[in-house]
Amino acid sequence: MSIHDIKILDEKETRAGFGDGILEAGRRNPNVVALTADLAGSLKLNAFIKEFPDRFVQCGIAEANMIGVAAGLTIGGKIPFATTFANFATSRVYDQIRQSVAYSDKNVKIAASHAGLTLGEDGATHQVLEDIGMMKMLPGMTVVVPCDYNQTKAATIAIAEHQGPAYLRFGRPKWPNFTAPDQQFEIGKAQVLATGKDVTIFACGHLVWIAVEAARILEEKGISVELINIHTIKPLDEAAVIASIAKTGCMVTAEEHQINGGLGDSVANVAARHMPVPHEYVAVMDTFGESGTPKQLLEKYGLNKEAIVAAAEKAIARKK
Amino acid sequence: MDIQQLEAVASQVRRDIVRMVHGVQSGHPGGSLGCADFLVALYFKHMNIQTEFKMDGIGEDIFFLSNGHISPVFYSVLSRAGYFDKSELASFRKLNTRLQGHPTTHEHLPGVRMASGSLGQGLSVACGAALTKKMNKDTSIVYTLHGDGELQEGQNWEAILFAAHNKIDNLIATVDVNGQQIDGSTKSVMNLDSLRSKFEAFNWTVLEVDGNHMEALDSMLTHARSLTGQGKPIVILMKTEMGKGVDFMEGTHEWHGIAPNDQQLESALAQLSETLGDY
Repeated sequence: MSIHDIKILDEKETRAGFGDGILEAGRRNPNVVALTADLAGSLKLNAFIKEFPDRFVQCGIAEANMIGVAAGLTIGGKIPFATTFANFATSRVYDQIRQSVAYSDKNVKIAASHAGLTLGEDGATHQVLEDIGMMKMLPGMTVVVPCDYNQTKAATIAIAEHQGPAYLRFGRPKWPNFTAPDQQFEIGKAQVLATGKDVTIFACGHLVWIAVEAARILEEKGISVELINIHTIKPLDEAAVIASIAKTGCMVTAEEHQINGGLGDSVANVAARHMPVPHEYVAVMDTFGESGTPKQLLEKYGLNKEAIVAAAEKAIARKK
Repeated sequence: MDIQQLEAVASQVRRDIVRMVHGVQSGHPGGSLGCADFLVALYFKHMNIQTEFKMDGIGEDIFFLSNGHISPVFYSVLSRAGYFDKSELASFRKLNTRLQGHPTTHEHLPGVRMASGSLGQGLSVACGAALTKKMNKDTSIVYTLHGDGELQEGQNWEAILFAAHNKIDNLIATVDVNGQQIDGSTKSVMNLDSLRSKFEAFNWTVLEVDGNHMEALDSMLTHARSLTGQGKPIVILMKTEMGKGVDFMEGTHEWHGIAPNDQQLESALAQLSETLGDY
């Protein structure tokens, strides 16, 4: 597998992948139900609502109640997707998720859009950068961060079929769509996008495409890159992490999340226990975001291809 | 069951409560004692339940305890109603028990469908379960119990708005109006004022009853059920006395969350007849 084989099919929002995914999941299973807290349009639920008006629950601007209602809907067999912006889907309702969903073992799916800096101009109140950490700490919670439209659609369908609470994180902007449209999404199975021997880049979400661009620059410099899309933060594909770093001996993690608690920490945890290697983080460095375009923000906060290239070179240098 | 039989069960449940809390020297006897009559009436007469427990509750009435700290009365009633053997009550709050300090589904105790303890979440869950019953064309109904102090949590009011908006009329919520909370009376801590007018303003059907009077409770639960299916959620405000049935615990918040000592236990048990055999 070569980094040069990856082709952009088109540009689409990952949230549109969710909207199309839940529509398909709804067609496959009559128990799939959608909830939202006054953000049906933003979550791309309109097609689902049109086709299944009786399986849509509008909760108004009341996220705590929405999480509880979703938990209750599972009693009697529904598969509820509680949807809103990622900040309101996690930090605002953490205790509701902890007690009524995770500790109560409820089959609730939390679908969260507008995660991270790429939310853009709305600024830091809405740019949650802590959600992966919060959600992965909950016992029994599955955490999925797909990288593009096609993968978000496939992940949504897979999560509907999965038994147990799950958090699905995606975003607002149009973004390169490059994974296969007909892919079978396997929760917990890392996706190797390119094989290499000098450095492993583990990425998730929007940063996977940026890592593809970075890997191409590194290849031009004669550096062989293994690029792995960790679309499932939890359960983490530990075997894939260990196998790759055993080969490359160093790694970079890239994510649209705080340096604390995200993908990088999950991978570092595996490495620390099994095979410590030099590790460089591309993440938000313990600070809040701000208003700006997605592109400007990714530049300013160091979540761009140049940062990944520099991190990879530094990790490789540390091997010696 | 007639009124005398229900009262006899309630007496045994009260014995269980004080013995459980005494046995582990922790837990919440006050609210538990105050709600014993209601939960006995509910489980022994008014709910249509299958004691072979199924989490999905399809085709049967279901109950959610939102104020999870009164777990002693919940566990006693579940056990006495046949969900699990009464001998297990002795394990309350002890290591490896299914009878956790606050109720949980996590240990697979039959009869429990949600964890509660962090207050204010039960009504939302009940609304979801009631919606599922409607979607499934299941005509059984959903009951809940909340503390009055618990209504200080904002999530309740989101759920109260939601239930009325969605015409969740297969739901009977009940509030244990004992006027007490940990730091004192509800009036002094955070006055709830008129719960009737608040619920009415949110477009609920509001009923009131003496929650420690078995005959009145029995009639009210029959009446409330007759009002389901009419487009409005129903709430019963139950005036109760915290600590009811044990004279030195009655009417004070002091016994919200402390356990009786040996002498106090003896005094309490002397006031409560053993009607069904202690665990």
